[in-house]
Amino acid sequence: MTTEALALIVFLPLLAAVGSLVLPRPALGVMIRIGLLPLPILLLVPTVEVVRNGGYRVMMAGYDAPLGISWQLDPLSLLMLWLNVGMTIFVSLHASFSFPADHPKADRFWPLWLMLFSAMNALLLSADLFNIYVTLELVTLTAIGLIAIEGKSLALRAAMRYLLLALLGSLLYLLGVGLMYGQTGVLDLYLMAEYLSTGWLAPTAIAIMLVGLLIKAAIFPLHAWLPAAHGNAPGPVSAILSAMVVKVSIYLIWRIWFWTLADWELEHAARLLGILGALAILYGSLAALVQQRLKMVIAYSTVAQLGYLLLVIPLANSLAFQAGSYHLLSHGLAKAAMFLAAANILRSVGTDRLSRLAGVDQRLPLDVFALALGGVSIMGLPPSGGFLAKWLFLQAAWQAQAWEFVLLIATGGLLAAAYLFRVLAVVCLHPRHRRHLPPPNRVPDLASIAALLLAVAAILAGFTSAPVLNLVQSGLPPGLLP
Amino acid sequence: MDSATLYVLAAAVLFGLGLDGLIVCEHLMRKLFALNIMGSAIFILLVATSAPINDKPDPVPQALVLTGIVVAVSATAFGLALIVRLCRESGKATLSVDDEPENDD
Repeated sequence: MTTEALALIVFLPLLAAVGSLVLPRPALGVMIRIGLLPLPILLLVPTVEVVRNGGYRVMMAGYDAPLGISWQLDPLSLLMLWLNVGMTIFVSLHASFSFPADHPKADRFWPLWLMLFSAMNALLLSADLFNIYVTLELVTLTAIGLIAIEGKSLALRAAMRYLLLALLGSLLYLLGVGLMYGQTGVLDLYLMAEYLSTGWLAPTAIAIMLVGLLIKAAIFPLHAWLPAAHGNAPGPVSAILSAMVVKVSIYLIWRIWFWTLADWELEHAARLLGILGALAILYGSLAALVQQRLKMVIAYSTVAQLGYLLLVIPLANSLAFQAGSYHLLSHGLAKAAMFLAAANILRSVGTDRLSRLAGVDQRLPLDVFALALGGVSIMGLPPSGGFLAKWLFLQAAWQAQAWEFVLLIATGGLLAAAYLFRVLAVVCLHPRHRRHLPPPNRVPDLASIAALLLAVAAILAGFTSAPVLNLVQSGLPPGLLP
Repeated sequence: MDSATLYVLAAAVLFGLGLDGLIVCEHLMRKLFALNIMGSAIFILLVATSAPINDKPDPVPQALVLTGIVVAVSATAFGLALIVRLCRESGKATLSVDDEPENDD
């Protein structure tokens, strides 16, 4: 029962993707519903299993590793799966207005969208380094196809740059996997550690793999592709890119670091990753402060917020791990809400240049409200989910006596407040600059409501944290400090 | 020098050539080819470094390389299609920083 449910979580969206590609257009709506709506119900089955027994593993179709495909589900991957399913369904609600069935690009958009969804689910379940490579490649290629879908020059260039860097990233990852297989003869993420022998080969392989993943996760200074790609993609695509696609690479970095390398002494490497995370926070926030376009501000904010996820590695205690997991969740919700609201503003005004947005609050009150609520969570103001994540990070840094990180987290919050209040001030508080906006391009109410729902969820995440934190607590990686 | 060492050295040279091409060449097609050369280097490495099991070659790396080739072919096809679109849109097949427009409105 649980095996079938897991298989359907990956294959149902995949089948729907193929269906929406080959069936005539009237079937598109049905295919989208088949690929998305049963997923939360299917996910309940493994959820019950994980809550009862911790994690479990299945072998697809009964073939043994290494030629068979092994999937493993534990609390962290379950959290990511729920995030992916929930986020994709909400953002699809918005996408059904950006790409309705009669839109000329709808028959290209939805297959890619469903395939991306399926590939991310498969990636989160995979327990084997090579399957992860294949799913990572699927995620990247479908994501790039979605960025370029409207065929605008800026988006095409961003997609091309992303493609070259992402392929480099996956090749480096594959090189690392190849070196490790050559030494150990296993590909299993969780068994690899037992077979790795000491010497220079294993650390080299790990370092190459991590560099590949850091490119894909857009961690400073390897972030160069992200702002253009996320800032020029269609709204729903930006939302899912920032909320999920870069996060799965961070998830993999955590997996390899805390599970495969649990027994290694890696203080210096951890410090280095911490420094990269710190630089990402500072650089991303400062760059967001000087952007001229709303979507670029939000994209640079993603560069900054991804930095926090790397701080988990040097802090390496269970509080930090909870903080990071919660940050994944709250940042995903808030960032998706902000990108969807920005997409509505862009659609209504025709531009997202900040200088032309004065007075948008009167025309699109719901969207500006969603933008502000998402911003509250990103800044880490109470009582939002973002506040809780940052608060846990502060406690973790305090507990680890890492005073420089305490300072960094506080500074990061202040900088986030600065770049987001700059946007809100332009939008709401400049009566003298209010100009006669061009005649409105109507945004469907449901598209605004989709943004608002995600923003409200980001705030509510500050109130109902116990189930998620308990779940994460029940599946902490081995060898973490208490 | 045994044959495995030779293959590993060849893979290292190919990987270096590919990386150099990816960074130095401006034309996007050359960059894509460079990535393909790096991919081939990794495939050689995967097959060359696997230890035989009971005197028979290990089938796993070969299965991996086969899958890897499929992935590489699809990624290359996609990259080529993207280059064609970009070329039609902007009239050239390079990405240079200096002609990045500040805005699109």
